[in-house]
Parts: sequence; C-alpha cells; structure tokens
Amino acid sequence: MDTYTKKIREIAKDLLASQKVDRVIGFEMGTIPMAARPVSIESENDAEKLVFNSLCAMNLANYIRKPKGTIAVIAKGCDSRNMVNHVVEHQVDRENLVIIGVPCHGMVDKSQLALEVEGEITAYDEEGQTLKITTAQGELTFEKQDFLKDNCRLCQHRNPVIHDYMAGDPVTEQELEDPFADVNEIEAMSQEAKSTLFEDLTKNCIRCYACRNACPLCFCPTCFVDESSPQWVGKSQNKTDVDTFHFLRAFHCAGRCTDCGACVEACPMDIDVRKFTRKLIKDSYEMFGWEAGLDISKRPPLDTFNPADPDDFIM
Amino acid sequence: MGNLLEHMGVEKDRIHFSWISSAEATKFVDVVKEISDKVRALGPNTKLKKIYS
Ligand code: SF4
Ligand code: SF4
Repeated sequence: MDTYTKKIREIAKDLLASQKVDRVIGFEMGTIPMAARPVSIESENDAEKLVFNSLCAMNLANYIRKPKGTIAVIAKGCDSRNMVNHVVEHQVDRENLVIIGVPCHGMVDKSQLALEVEGEITAYDEEGQTLKITTAQGELTFEKQDFLKDNCRLCQHRNPVIHDYMAGDPVTEQELEDPFADVNEIEAMSQEAKSTLFEDLTKNCIRCYACRNACPLCFCPTCFVDESSPQWVGKSQNKTDVDTFHFLRAFHCAGRCTDCGACVEACPMDIDVRKFTRKLIKDSYEMFGWEAGLDISKRPPLDTFNPADPDDFIM
Repeated sequence: MGNLLEHMGVEKDRIHFSWISSAEATKFVDVVKEISDKVRALGPNTKLKKIYS
C-alpha cells in the first residue's frame, strides 16, 4: 500500500478515536476504475476507506467552508493554498481545521492517459512513479512523469504551505525557467488569433457549471450566473453568453486562483478553462508580486489598497 | 480586467478606466472625447457581442 495512504489512515484513525476532530475529509476510490472521489468519514472504522494516489486531483478545500465542529482535511500543495485563502476570506476558522498535508508528486491527466490505451480501462494501480493500467488487451505500464496534468507540470508549491500533520517527507520543488511560457505564447498572438483561440476553447461548453462548482473560490450564496433579477448574463447556449460566463468566472478568481486545476479536472467536455485564469495568475505576479494562498496574514491584492499599486491604466 | 479582455482578443482601446470627480466637468469631456476617438478608429465591435435572431 502506498505510504501516504497508510500514514493518512493512521492519522485519521487517531484524530477520530481521540475525538480531536468530528470528521475527516479525504479521498476514497470511486465506483469505476481510475477514479478517486472525495469522502467524509466520521468513524475511525471508516479510516480504511481513505486513499491517496495520483487520481486525487480534486481540491478538498471546497468541502471545508463553515464546518460544523472541527474537521481534518487532506491537502496537497495547491489545496493548502486554497485553505489559506479560506481562512483569509473568513470561510473557516483555522482552529476548526486540522490539515493533513501531502507533499505532492503531481496528479495524472486521465484524459491523456485514456488516449494511449485502446478499449475500456478495467483496473488501475500505481507503484511509485509507475502507472499500471489494465484493459481487455492486458496490462500496460506508463511513467507518471509523462502524463502529469498541465497545472502540475507548472507547479512550484508541491509542499503544503500550512499543515498540522504531514503524510510524508517534503518533496523537492520544481524550478521552472519560465513559469508563464504558456501565457506568453498567447500574449504574443495577434488580436484575431487570440479571439479565435478563446472562441474555439469554449465552443463545446455545455454550461453545466462543474468548473465553478469544483472551484473552492466560488462560494457566493448566489452565483452571478444563477441570478435572474437582475440577470447579469444570459442563460442560453448563445456563444456570447458562454464567453461572458467564462470571462467573469475567471475574473472572480483574480489574485485568488492557486492553479489547482480542479476546474479542468471537473469539466466533462475537457475544456482547459485554466487558459483564462493563467493570465490572471501571471498579472497578479507581475503587477503585485503576488501568488495566491502563500501567506495567511495577507489579504489578496484586489482586496487591498497600496499607493504603490500600478495605476497606469487610469486615464 | 482590461488585460484579461485583451488576452481574449478584445481590443485594448475599447476598455477605459478613469477617475473623475463630479467637479471635473472639463476632464469628463476630455475623457469622453478621447474614448470616442479611440473607439471610432477601431470601428464597430465584433467581440462578445450578442446577436438576437
Ligand atoms: S465544466 Fe466545462 S462544460 Fe461545464 S460549464 Fe465549465 S467549461 Fe463548460
Ligand atoms: S479557478 Fe480552477 S485552478 Fe483556480 S482555484 Fe479555482 S478550480 Fe483551482
């Protein structure tokens, strides 16, 4: 069994048995092969359900707002940054939160992997950095490194930034030559090319809002897309309405997005909505020297005023 | 916000931000003129425009 899983089960069991927490939020294996899903357990006997592997790409920070009692939660590097956001934005008190940090080796891009195999995947397993996939044709092995999710390739905060327990030793952080190469590439395009790129990007969107629902940042009691009076954006499949939704959803994440990739992971149409938020991450970094969720004592840049803020866009 | 719109292919000169006090009538006129000129130079907008049919 994976050492992380073992350690997580131990910690969870202990926390529940000693009644230090009322529940533990983690991952369990899903009902179909190659799927892990969030689970909340309240009894130490259920600790055996918990797992951690490269399929645990959803962000559990999404399930810790306004908790009843004290909760423990599993956090990868990016998730822990969203938990910092939550504390700063008063969605949860730090005292009610026990963070079980997991130094992360990156998550697997399931869609990419599925393209490599023929037929249905019937079983999945991993050992260290090797992935084992079983199909009707037999067992195949892949190197995890070749199938990392895009955001994991660019991640520079794999170790949890806050934690109360750790499920393993810290991992070495990646050093990237140009962390924003993807954004720069789009910036260098012509106006028309950019426009086409984003129009194509969202053309299959069915407006299920899974991207919004999976995102820990989206916690308004009524989302602007659901409001009908006033109706900020049309509810149809009209392309302009779809694009307006995406533009505004992304902008609401400005200075807050941790590039956790939960939005992309949740999308049933495989739309890379990070294309929008990546630009905001770059701008936050360049304009305010800011990376979201690293410091529990600081409010995000769009929430504060500093006389040194860039203002050259004001006429 | 302007940056993200530009990133998505909306011309930068269509989006303007200014800070004008209610006592700054002349500044208001100047800003409106400048915006109108810039937008006129770009021609009709085609991006993020809802067409009812
Ligand atoms: S999850 Fe995908 S299909 Fe659903 S609204 Fe978001 S981008 Fe559109
Ligand atoms: S917008 Fe996407 S990448 Fe950013 S915090 Fe939300 S779910 Fe994570």
